[in-house]
Amino acid sequence: MKVTVSSDSFAVASGVNAVLEELNRHSLSVIKTGSYGLSWLEPVLELDVDSVKTTYRNVNPQAVESILNNRTNTPHKLQIPNIESHTYYSTQQRLVFDDSGIKPPLTVPDCSLLDSVLNLSPTEIIDAIETSGLRGRGGAGFPAHIKWRTVMTTEADQKYIVCNADEGDSGTFSDRLLMEADPFKLIIGMIIAGYATGSTEGYIYLRSEYPVALNFLQQAIDIAYRENLLGKNIRDSNINFDLDIFVGAGAYICGEETSLLESLEGKRGEIRAKPPLPAIAGLLGKPTLVHNVISLASVTGIFQIGADEYGALGVGRSTGTMPFQISGNVRQGGLIELPFGPTIRTLVEDYGQGTLSGRPLRTVQIGGPLGAYLTEDELDTPLTYEHLMEIGAGIGHGGLVVFDDAVDMREQAEYAFEFCEIESCGKCTPCRIGSVRGKETVSQMRTKPGQDRIRLIEDLCDVMEKASLCQMGGMTPIPVRSAMHKFSEDFRGVKP
Amino acid sequence: MAPSSSDLTNSDSAKSEKQKILRDGITPFACQLGGLIRAFHWIQRKFGYIDPDQFADIADVFNLSVAEVRGVISFYHDFRTSPPPKHTIRICQAEACQAQGVRALTEAVEKRLNTKMNSQSSDGSIELKPVYCLGLCSLGPSMEINGELIAKATVQDLKRVNR
Repeated sequence: MKVTVSSDSFAVASGVNAVLEELNRHSLSVIKTGSYGLSWLEPVLELDVDSVKTTYRNVNPQAVESILNNRTNTPHKLQIPNIESHTYYSTQQRLVFDDSGIKPPLTVPDCSLLDSVLNLSPTEIIDAIETSGLRGRGGAGFPAHIKWRTVMTTEADQKYIVCNADEGDSGTFSDRLLMEADPFKLIIGMIIAGYATGSTEGYIYLRSEYPVALNFLQQAIDIAYRENLLGKNIRDSNINFDLDIFVGAGAYICGEETSLLESLEGKRGEIRAKPPLPAIAGLLGKPTLVHNVISLASVTGIFQIGADEYGALGVGRSTGTMPFQISGNVRQGGLIELPFGPTIRTLVEDYGQGTLSGRPLRTVQIGGPLGAYLTEDELDTPLTYEHLMEIGAGIGHGGLVVFDDAVDMREQAEYAFEFCEIESCGKCTPCRIGSVRGKETVSQMRTKPGQDRIRLIEDLCDVMEKASLCQMGGMTPIPVRSAMHKFSEDFRGVKP
Repeated sequence: MAPSSSDLTNSDSAKSEKQKILRDGITPFACQLGGLIRAFHWIQRKFGYIDPDQFADIADVFNLSVAEVRGVISFYHDFRTSPPPKHTIRICQAEACQAQGVRALTEAVEKRLNTKMNSQSSDGSIELKPVYCLGLCSLGPSMEINGELIAKATVQDLKRVNR
């Protein structure tokens, strides 16, 4: 009998540790995996008896005994069809998350793909990245090959690969899921990036809110050193690559790449003015490739299926797959990796199965705290960089947060300013002062609405958008304005 | 009553012992990339907080001014300069949890503990703090009690706090 239990943060937060204790009492050896990403089913337990697999959802310690001893022909009340056959999972196209939930996270990876990539020349690798059309998955959607080539061609005695694992956007958890389910996918992506750009040192900047991910990553890096995947002459080549983790200290702004680099140097995470771009002068002033977790983890997928085939996935200039994450007030929240192009409605209604409360959907916020609030009509927009830009939104990190009709959009606009106030690095005035003034003005509108205040907010938004040094101040107007313009009925005040 | 000379000697030697532990502990970080922040994490694990009395030693080890040390500490939400209370409760205040009723949950927790967000209970045993995303967005509202993650949190989860 083989017992497999998910043990990522979803499962931990849903009480899997008590389940593991109970399994230990039965002296069973348990295989721990990451999550498949169907979070509402966690903790998921899979039982393999004589190669027949059965799967159980929301397992609690009290249910363990009856699951293990169910010899009747009646399925256990927590039994569900195996995840692989669940439509939520089987309809996905997984390139980044192909092993997540299936393979234990610390399984020594099969390196045949890595070996074959390291046999290519750096230029061949970067050409393949260009052919694939890969764009940064962290939010900006910048073509990856331009960054790679810039780092490669900039002369320097030292270059760096920095992985941005400061996944701070509410509604996003794909980086965490990957690091907890398949950390080697990220590590191998970083090795390839290091070789292609001529960088011999890599850092993963991990947010402190992810202790479970830290644990998996640290163990995976130790294994990688032991297996000669990291260090000197990796895989018996002449390639050297060292990798270290740096844990952040609770600052949303450090997800912005220049702020991240300052923080990684041990300083206050204040934004740097650009140019110079980090690809030319980044960490310690050296050429630095900064990519988020999913961008780097996508690299293996590109070589797995071939750059041409990867580039043919998706729509237009939005190529490849994207791990979308659906959360908030939704029945079936989780991770859905698909080629770019499904509509928001597909994710919310087909995968998400609508609101958890059962009340009508009012809005979906896409792309994190700096993302737009969408109306019900806009749910038919296909999820591509270009289609979203047309409606004044962005795909960001691929997070979709569903709200039912209990939401007060004025409150959401006030929160957007408040979040900016709390997390602003304080370096530039539009962001530092604009957020405070914006918050108090939207707050006043609860009881004292009116055109004057609306004009003031528009004015503040203009200044923040045009004059902020980075996207924190520059994009805070997006949630504010989308709420104010599309849900103006919430800005007419309540009786004092 | 004035302290006796032996008390002074004891507290002095305790102080210098703590100082030695600090300096020995953080010195290896001085030559690492981002060493100052790594050192702060180490200090918090060791002592629970970064005592302002330690700023001068930290500055000395890292060849920085005390102002620079203070500046970095104050930038990050994670670092604290006063002893932590027995229990720390963090409730995610971000959008995905808002969509799942975290505003009402926060109010209920504040009422139950008679403690406002960003403050400590009157007996000083519990601290209530916001956190902006624990990455459990599809299982909100989420909460963390003394480092333990809780999905779909309710007021009932406060029973995990033993005052």
